[in-house]
Amino acid sequence: MSKRRNAPPEGKDLLKGSRRDFLKQSSLLSAAALTPGTLIRAANEQWDEKVADAFEKLPLNLEVNGVKYSVNVEPRVTLLDLLREQLNLTGSKKGCDRGQCGACTVHVNGVRINSCLSLALCNEGKKVTTIEGLAKGDVLHPMQEAFIKHDGFQCGYCTSGQIMSAVALVKEGRTQSPGEISEFMSGNICRCGAYSNIVKAIQEVKNSQS
Amino acid sequence: MKKDKIGDPLSRIDGRLKVTGGAKYSGEYKLPGLTYGVLVSATIPCGTVSSMDIQAAGKAPGVLAVITPFNAPKVPGYQPGAARPVRGLKLFNDDKVYFNGQPIALVVAETFERATYAASLVKATYKAEPFETDFHKNFDKGVIPNEGRYKDYVRGEADAYKKAPVVVEQDYMLPSEMHNPMELHVTTAFWDGDDKVTLYTKSQGVIGSQRSIANAFGLEVANVQINSRFVGGAFGSSLRTWPHEVAAVQAARLVKRPVKLTLTREQMFTLVGYRPLTIQRIGLGATTDGKLMGITHESHSQTAVYEEFTENAVNVSRFLYASPNANTRYKVVPLNVGVPTPMRGPGEATGSFALESALDELSYKLNIDPIELRLKNYTDMDPERNLPWSSKFLKECYQLGAERIGWEKRPTKPGMQRDGDWMVGYGLGCGAFGAYRSKTQVRIKLTPDGSVNIQTATSDIGPGTGTAMTLIAADILGIPAERISFELGNSAFPVAPTQGGSQTVSSVGSAVHDVCIALKQKLNTLAGLPADNTAEIEYATILQRLNLPSLELTQESQSGEEARKYSMYSFSAHFAQVHVHSLTGIVRVKRLVAVVDGGKIVNHKTASSQMIGGAVGGIGMALTEEAIFDDRFGRYVNGNLADYHVPVNADAPDIEAIFIDKPDPIINPIGTKGLGEISLIGVAAAVANAVFNATGKRIRDLPITPDKVLMT
Ligand code: FES
Ligand code: FES
Repeated sequence: MSKRRNAPPEGKDLLKGSRRDFLKQSSLLSAAALTPGTLIRAANEQWDEKVADAFEKLPLNLEVNGVKYSVNVEPRVTLLDLLREQLNLTGSKKGCDRGQCGACTVHVNGVRINSCLSLALCNEGKKVTTIEGLAKGDVLHPMQEAFIKHDGFQCGYCTSGQIMSAVALVKEGRTQSPGEISEFMSGNICRCGAYSNIVKAIQEVKNSQS
Repeated sequence: MKKDKIGDPLSRIDGRLKVTGGAKYSGEYKLPGLTYGVLVSATIPCGTVSSMDIQAAGKAPGVLAVITPFNAPKVPGYQPGAARPVRGLKLFNDDKVYFNGQPIALVVAETFERATYAASLVKATYKAEPFETDFHKNFDKGVIPNEGRYKDYVRGEADAYKKAPVVVEQDYMLPSEMHNPMELHVTTAFWDGDDKVTLYTKSQGVIGSQRSIANAFGLEVANVQINSRFVGGAFGSSLRTWPHEVAAVQAARLVKRPVKLTLTREQMFTLVGYRPLTIQRIGLGATTDGKLMGITHESHSQTAVYEEFTENAVNVSRFLYASPNANTRYKVVPLNVGVPTPMRGPGEATGSFALESALDELSYKLNIDPIELRLKNYTDMDPERNLPWSSKFLKECYQLGAERIGWEKRPTKPGMQRDGDWMVGYGLGCGAFGAYRSKTQVRIKLTPDGSVNIQTATSDIGPGTGTAMTLIAADILGIPAERISFELGNSAFPVAPTQGGSQTVSSVGSAVHDVCIALKQKLNTLAGLPADNTAEIEYATILQRLNLPSLELTQESQSGEEARKYSMYSFSAHFAQVHVHSLTGIVRVKRLVAVVDGGKIVNHKTASSQMIGGAVGGIGMALTEEAIFDDRFGRYVNGNLADYHVPVNADAPDIEAIFIDKPDPIINPIGTKGLGEISLIGVAAAVANAVFNATGKRIRDLPITPDKVLMT
């Protein structure tokens, strides 16, 4: 099936007329009986992006950190990628994209989830809280303060997920002992190994609340 | 005025950014016109790509380019005879495949999803060739590395241990381990015209990255700008510039837009190095009263066919204990695998697992306490280089650790202590790692409001470099830490070494120390005082009085002759208490006490964290971590975080870090020796030795998983 493509001159033929080809092949567009002239113009003006917007994306309304968003997203976009790449909320981290590390933990309607395992469109009408939404203005959430005080992180990459999990954990009432905290925080990997400090931070917040 | 002093437990200066999601890592810069790069990996371990079909990928919506070996623009540094050649794998430069997972195409598209989908449409046919990935099968093909310093070493007589009255001779195995920093490796690159490029990239050394990219593209060094302010862990995986980083730059030039290329977790198992699979043989010979007569340490580890990787796996046996006879042999076995790279503790961690395990075995044979055995063979000078230590407080480490863990409770015979269904044991493992100091430049700027800005091109992959440097500057300048801003991770700043080999605080800290002293002297002079005046002066007032908008100084700092006159090492003793479940074979590390002679401790808070973190890494090495290879296909079967087990919260015990905290009088003005590596070196042996103490089962083949415990 595949045959060797002759090596094109360096750099040429690389920026292929993909849009044009895409348009030519699109049955939706041929139904619109476009003339070749419009086809070229369509390509130049990135109509395929607009077409994709119209036909490949679906509308989504959700609230993130108290802000209402109405966006169009492709069905295959995860909540994590929507946050990071489209809403520019990069506090939620991607460590695996497979639900194996917890770096992407956010709250959806108050419950912690791995946002890499949730398609953005599944969150229609929901309220999402990310690490960016935890502090009240300049006043940090007690869990954020406790992480700083107990040095519950090093590189900081797992930290957003740890804190979001930790906040949920206190709510879930899974903080009865250091062992229980460790067990229920084990979905959040910290390769820097800040675990014992994370447990101390959570204990402190729990104790100050009880 | 509040003073912050060296040694204080200062909270991280970037803590607030890290707990609010405000810290921006290299894949998080929103650039206009940003595009996304996704790599396509080869599915054979050896051969050539005979053809590629990129039609479908090229036509997929939003695709801007599909780069393959057949159409890739040439990277100048990859070409034969290049003025500044690039070492290692030359991606898309030819059709050769050296290992399974090697990238053979790069798709660039408008969105991540589109690039990912289009990458799935790229088809390749191969001319497969026979391949070798089985380390054990190829063991005998091990070769002495080309690099001279890995030649066989002999002091006294080789293999003298064999003649001793008491002998231990054993093989120890360590599987390949992956760094697996939580941040995926990522590079965002964009060009300004044809001769200037900017990268946001995951890097432990922005100056090194700058030079590598300049070399690859034949650019003026100054025309390459590297930013890596926040690094989401690395542990060695970002010590060098990897081929995919060059590919991102190449792609950005082609599409004339910023390209962000992120590796998947699975790709990180083959493209950014790892601690190599290693088999070591240790021979120890001793007199009946426990004096070592000979140490022999041999190591074979895997490397790539396309690039040789070496590390100090056997060196620890040359100097850690007094022995009239010692010899080491080190070989590498080239295979069709990705090239390894130093991983935290690097070879020293591998080597100390074997040596410290063997020493423990010897202690049982001799019926001598493991600490006593080490004391009997303690050396007050470096027997390898025949030089005095710059400082060594390992004896104190033994003593403090023993007290803390409750060593007296350790059963002298294995398998004697129980706690319900759990067998209880104690173990000790020691480590040493060279203390280095590299040339570093630092710029300092004082402004009339009394604030101080310090810049240098060092990195912070997690230890809290900026915080430690702030503390040093605050101490020397006698001002509160809040008045100091410290900036790093930018190649435009004065030159600093790569963050690796535990040398950052020693190197950069010394330069910060020196530049602060220079600033004080300058201010004294400006104020008409003797330069060495130590009385307090009001910096801001002097500037205001002289009507100076600011005062700026750049200082270079480096070591002198001392490095040749002394042997400089950090030392550590790790004590573990483990519980081993008698029915399931599960090992739980219950307590870990890490005592370290790392010289003066600059920040007790972050230093403790660093020690704890290294210990967690060591627990992973001992109990859970193993990259499993399927030699039928030359591919990892557990290339993800669900199947490759890094320790999780519930695996981490109560870990206590204890510092000797005595400044080394030789190495640098502050007396720091380094912690990053030593925090991990020796931990795996401590755990393995504790497992033996608990069960009487000696497991020489890491990780110590329940099946091995039950079947040994
Ligand atoms: S990125 Fe979602 S769990 Fe790892
Ligand atoms: S702080 Fe680095 S991974 Fe947790």
